[in-house]
Amino acid sequence: MNPAAQTPEPAPAPAAPAISDAERAELRRQGILLTSIEELYNWGRSNSVWPLQFGLACCAIEMIAASMARFDIARFGSEVFRPSPRQADLLIVSGTVTKKMAPQVVRLWNQMPEPKYCIAMGACAISGGPFKQGYNVLKGIDRYIPVDLYLPGCPPRPEALLHGLMELQAKIRTQPLTGPAAPAHLRPGADGGECVIPDFGPHDLEPPHDPARWQPPRLIRTE
Amino acid sequence: MNPAAPPSRAGASVRAVQDPFHGDLLEVSMGPHHPSTHGVFRMIATLDGERIVRLKPVFGYLHRNHEKLGESTSYLASMPYTDRLDYLNSMTNNWAYALAVEKLAGQAVPERAEHVRILLAELTRLLNHTCLAGFLLQDTGCSGTPLMYAFREREAILDLFEALSGSRMMCNFQRFGGCRVDPSPAWMEAVSALVGRYDRFLDEYEELITGNEILLARTQGVGVLPAALAINAGITGPMLRASGVNHDLRRVDGYGLYPRFPFRIPLGDHGDTYDRYMVRMLEMRESLGILRAVLRDLPGGPIIDPKAKLRGFRPKPGEAYGRIEGPKGEIGFYLVSDGGPNPYRYRVRPPSLINLTVLEDLCLGHTVADAVIILGSIDIVLGEVDR
Repeated sequence: MNPAAQTPEPAPAPAAPAISDAERAELRRQGILLTSIEELYNWGRSNSVWPLQFGLACCAIEMIAASMARFDIARFGSEVFRPSPRQADLLIVSGTVTKKMAPQVVRLWNQMPEPKYCIAMGACAISGGPFKQGYNVLKGIDRYIPVDLYLPGCPPRPEALLHGLMELQAKIRTQPLTGPAAPAHLRPGADGGECVIPDFGPHDLEPPHDPARWQPPRLIRTE
Repeated sequence: MNPAAPPSRAGASVRAVQDPFHGDLLEVSMGPHHPSTHGVFRMIATLDGERIVRLKPVFGYLHRNHEKLGESTSYLASMPYTDRLDYLNSMTNNWAYALAVEKLAGQAVPERAEHVRILLAELTRLLNHTCLAGFLLQDTGCSGTPLMYAFREREAILDLFEALSGSRMMCNFQRFGGCRVDPSPAWMEAVSALVGRYDRFLDEYEELITGNEILLARTQGVGVLPAALAINAGITGPMLRASGVNHDLRRVDGYGLYPRFPFRIPLGDHGDTYDRYMVRMLEMRESLGILRAVLRDLPGGPIIDPKAKLRGFRPKPGEAYGRIEGPKGEIGFYLVSDGGPNPYRYRVRPPSLINLTVLEDLCLGHTVADAVIILGSIDIVLGEVDR
C-alpha cells in the first residue's frame, strides 16, 4: 500500500518528532511521506466508522435524514449502516430507551466487536429527556454502556449528528495504540468490556444501573 | 453467541415448534432490532414452510408513559409531548389536541388560524405520504433511490416548518384558540412555490415507481383487507379508504373550515397493499388542491383569539373528545377535566395502534418478505403505537 497516494494532509506527529516539520515538508515535496503506524491506522479507521442501523424513536428519523442526499453522511465515510451488530463500529443510541428496550440495547452493544464507540443521540438517550419523570424510561443509557459522545437536542439536527461524528473521528485519531488508553482489543488480557445486561423485572430493571460504570450523584452538604 | 443459550431477544431468531397436526412449524422472531420493522416493533411469525400461519405482534418497546405525563402536567405543557407521539406529523397531533381542549373550554378560533391549521395539516399529509412511499418501496427491496427522492421533498417541507415554528420536527405550533406565530407573506410565498412544483415531483415519482412491474408483482393481491373486517376492527385513514369505505373525518365531521374547500376522497377497490399505496398517492394530489384553495382564500385578522387564556388555564369540569383526520387515520384526544390545571384523564386514540391490530389477518398465508411490505403499508410510527 502506498500511503503517499492517499494521504494528502497527514497530521504532524504529536510527541517528539524524529525529524523537524521543515524536513518533513521537504520530503513530502520530493514525494516521500513519513508517518507512524498509529497515525495511518487511526486515519484509516476514523474515516470508515460504520454505524449500526438501529433506530429507537424520533431521533432515528433525523439519523436517516443525515444519511440522505441533503446532509450525506457518506462524506464522512459513515454511510454504511450495518443491520448486524457484528459488522458495526458505532452504536448511535437514537432515541428513548425504555426499560423494556434497555436489555436489547445493551445486548447489541455486547455483540459489537472492538474497537467500538457509542453516541448517545438526543436528550432521551442522555438522561431520559422530556420523559424522565415517567415510570418506564431509562434515565440515560450511560447507566449500562460507556458513552463516547453526548449529542444534545430533541431531536438533534442532522448537522449536529455530523458534528458529533466529526468529534468522534477526532477522538479516534488521537487514540494511542499502546498503553492503558489503547482500545481493548489491543491490550492483551484486557477485559473485553462485556456490559451487564439488565433484566426487565416486575418493578424496574435489575440491576437499575451498572455500579462499575455509573453511580448516582451524591449530595454534598455544606454547612 | 452460545448456541445453547435461549434465542436472542435482539434481532431475528428462529426455533422449531412442535405441532401435532402440521408437523414442524418454525417460529421466527423479527425485531425489536430489525431494519424493516419501522422502529422497535417485534413480530413473532410462525411459519409452515414459507407461509405464515400465526403472527403475534409484540409492542411496548417505546412506551414512554405519555398519558400519565399528560395527567401530571398542565394543559399547555402537554402540547410538546403530542409532537413526540407521531413524530413525523407533529402539526396534526397538535391540532387534534388543541381541538379537544378547545371543545372542553368552549374556546373559539379565528378564521385566519383555521386557514393556517388546514394549510399545515395538508403539508403534513404531503410529508407523511411522501415518506411512507419512500419507506414502503425501501421495504420492497428498492434500496435507496425512492427514499432519497422522498426525503429531498421532506426537507423542503421541513424548511417551511422550521421557518415558521423554529423546529424541524417538533413544531409545538398550535395553541388553544389559534396558532403560536402569524406566518409572514414571504412564508406564504414559499408555500405557494412548493405547492406549485409538488405536482411535478409527484409525476416524476409516480413515473419512476407506480407502473413498475416488480412493485405490481410484490404489492397487488398482497395483504387484502376486506371492508367488513376494516370496519369491525376500527381501521381509519387511508387504510380504510383503500378497502373501499368512504369515511374521511374531514367530510364526516367537517371540523375546522374543511366544508369550505372541495376535495375528492380516493377509494380503493381491492384493499391490497397496492391500493393502500395508490390511495395515498392520490390523496396527495387532493391535498395540493386544498392547499391552493387555502392560499387563495387566506383572510387577515388575528392568528389567535385575543381572549384566549394561556397561563392559569383551568377549563370547567367536563369531558371532550377531539378528533381529526390525521395522515395515518383518526387521531383523537379524550380529556376529562375536574376544574384543575391538569386534565383528570388524558387519553390518546392512536390510529397507528388500531390499524396495526389487523396485521395478523393481513399476513396469514403470505411469506415473511410480504409481511414486511404489509407492515410498511399499514404506516405505523412506534411513538404513537406504544405512546
